[in-house]
Amino acid sequence: MKRIAGHPESLVPVQSKYCGGCGHGIIHRLICEIIDEMGLRAKTVITNPVGCAIWADLYFDTDTVQPPHGRTPAAATGIKRVLPDHLVICYQGDGDLAAIGTAEMIHAANRGEKFTTIFVNNAIYGMTGGQMAPTTLVGQKATTAPRGRDPVEAGMGYPIRVLEMISTLEGTRYLARGAVNNPGNVRKVKGYIRKALEAQMAGVGFTMVEILSQCPTNWGMDPIKSVEWLENNMIPFYKLGEVKDEIEAVKASGTATVAGGEK
Amino acid sequence: MSGNSPEKILMKGNEAIAEAAIRAGCTAYFGYPITPQNELIAWMADKLTDMGRVFIQAESEVAAVNMVYGAAAAGKRAMTSSSSPGISLKQEGISYAAGADLPFVYVNIVRGGPGLGSIAPAQSDFNQSVKGGGHGDYRVIVLAPSSVQECADLTYLAFDLADKWRMPVLILGDGVIGTMMEGVTLPPMRDLASLPDKSGWAVGGLYKTGRAARHITSLDLVPAELEKKIFNRFDRYKKMADEETRFEEIQCADADLVIVAYGTSARVSLGAVEEARKAGLKVGLFRPISLFPFPADELDRLAKAGKRFLVVEMSMGQMADEVRLSIHDRAPVDLVAHAGGVVPTEEEVFAAAQKILGIEPAKVQGGKK
Repeated sequence: MKRIAGHPESLVPVQSKYCGGCGHGIIHRLICEIIDEMGLRAKTVITNPVGCAIWADLYFDTDTVQPPHGRTPAAATGIKRVLPDHLVICYQGDGDLAAIGTAEMIHAANRGEKFTTIFVNNAIYGMTGGQMAPTTLVGQKATTAPRGRDPVEAGMGYPIRVLEMISTLEGTRYLARGAVNNPGNVRKVKGYIRKALEAQMAGVGFTMVEILSQCPTNWGMDPIKSVEWLENNMIPFYKLGEVKDEIEAVKASGTATVAGGEK
Repeated sequence: MSGNSPEKILMKGNEAIAEAAIRAGCTAYFGYPITPQNELIAWMADKLTDMGRVFIQAESEVAAVNMVYGAAAAGKRAMTSSSSPGISLKQEGISYAAGADLPFVYVNIVRGGPGLGSIAPAQSDFNQSVKGGGHGDYRVIVLAPSSVQECADLTYLAFDLADKWRMPVLILGDGVIGTMMEGVTLPPMRDLASLPDKSGWAVGGLYKTGRAARHITSLDLVPAELEKKIFNRFDRYKKMADEETRFEEIQCADADLVIVAYGTSARVSLGAVEEARKAGLKVGLFRPISLFPFPADELDRLAKAGKRFLVVEMSMGQMADEVRLSIHDRAPVDLVAHAGGVVPTEEEVFAAAQKILGIEPAKVQGGKK
């Protein structure tokens, strides 16, 4: 009998440490469902970030590597280059990816590294307790922006649209942004991740899926309110959809290189 | 150059390190340009990609060392290299690798510091090298070549030591050692299939055996558990020190005065020892080759035998402190120290030796008083 629902094999069946209403759990599950569907659990290495998803190695039942804060794309580069036939996923939050690890992310993207970055954007620092992130919206409050992010007077700068910024880099081949605020969007995110992971295994180049995600605890609201806040504030600024898709063009050009075995 | 050529060829120290690393089975090299080690990264760029191995010029020293972290976690022999300011940046990844018990080799061709300092040869990263260098309690194995031949031999050895003891190994050279040319006999090319099997701990290849998933990390939020790991690591360092302490003694047996120096300072000091012997003075040279583990017991043995010491270093007494600790203040320790990229001269070392032995030095041309 074919199983049509159940707990993904790649996801450890434990209670997670994530707060109620947090999006990480949904995103972990989506990744694991796709790994299972692609039959790649035993050929997957995930680099987990510093931030709330530092715990990802408790939940992914795949090999994982924990690099320093922001250096996940560099470590993932090292792993994928020596294990080119493996599925390598670089899981990062907004502070890890767009603040301390900006250089590593941009240059990995520019080199067209053939791993996939899953970028969880909840517009706040979670693990350290609600500080301003590079993606915190203008006016949004944080412990380090107690009167709201003020880009000019207080010199806090503006929220960064990462996908649009890196879309000019030729090494980037698939960039998509989704959200896990409702079942329809969750399904779309799953489609984006699947497309990115399949593109990785086809060797087309750098792929990233950004996922807008709720952080009720550090936004200071209950989970339902946080979903509404994401819809009313984040989605208008961080437009959902595929920002760049050159997968078929790269395949047609014959420059996609399907990886061989280990170095 | 043929694969296993036994003949001597002329190479720079930086090139010998690079070629020896390739022959030791270095599968992946990640680096960032900095003087005076640029011949090393260029050699890797020229060779590795054509061999089907991995070469990346990274966007920064920080990125380079974390690429090494990833490749080492995947069980491959990996290396990075730099010079002093770049090595400071790499300390993050080295600390994480020490905390995750990852083996790799890194090279510091030291230049004058602090800060941007100079690009001239120095040894002022001694303390940083032998005490760990980054945050947290850890050590790395530190090997200090004093010739181009030793650049090749110690780099070749470094990969084996890294794998044997599951820890980073540092090749500590300086601007003279890295850029001078000498004849060198290169070690044989290792077949990658003959390298140590790391399937017992590395990530990747789970499909081959169906083993449990593995997590490589330096994180442990339970203090008692983390402490236990660190205690175990330091037990391993102690065992490693028993087996891997390396040094060279030249004419120490009958010496009244033992000069202690490594790397370029040792080359200069050897000339001073020869001058002293010609003058009938009983002076010897003790050259630490492993700076961690430091040959403390061997120095103490010499101290117990009644010898006194002159440390010659291109840093402000950093190694002299280590010598004093080693001999428990049993004997006087004098110092010739230079900094900022200045290399000591044979004449001034000879003059210092004469002075210590109570002989009025002859007028020395250009020597330091």
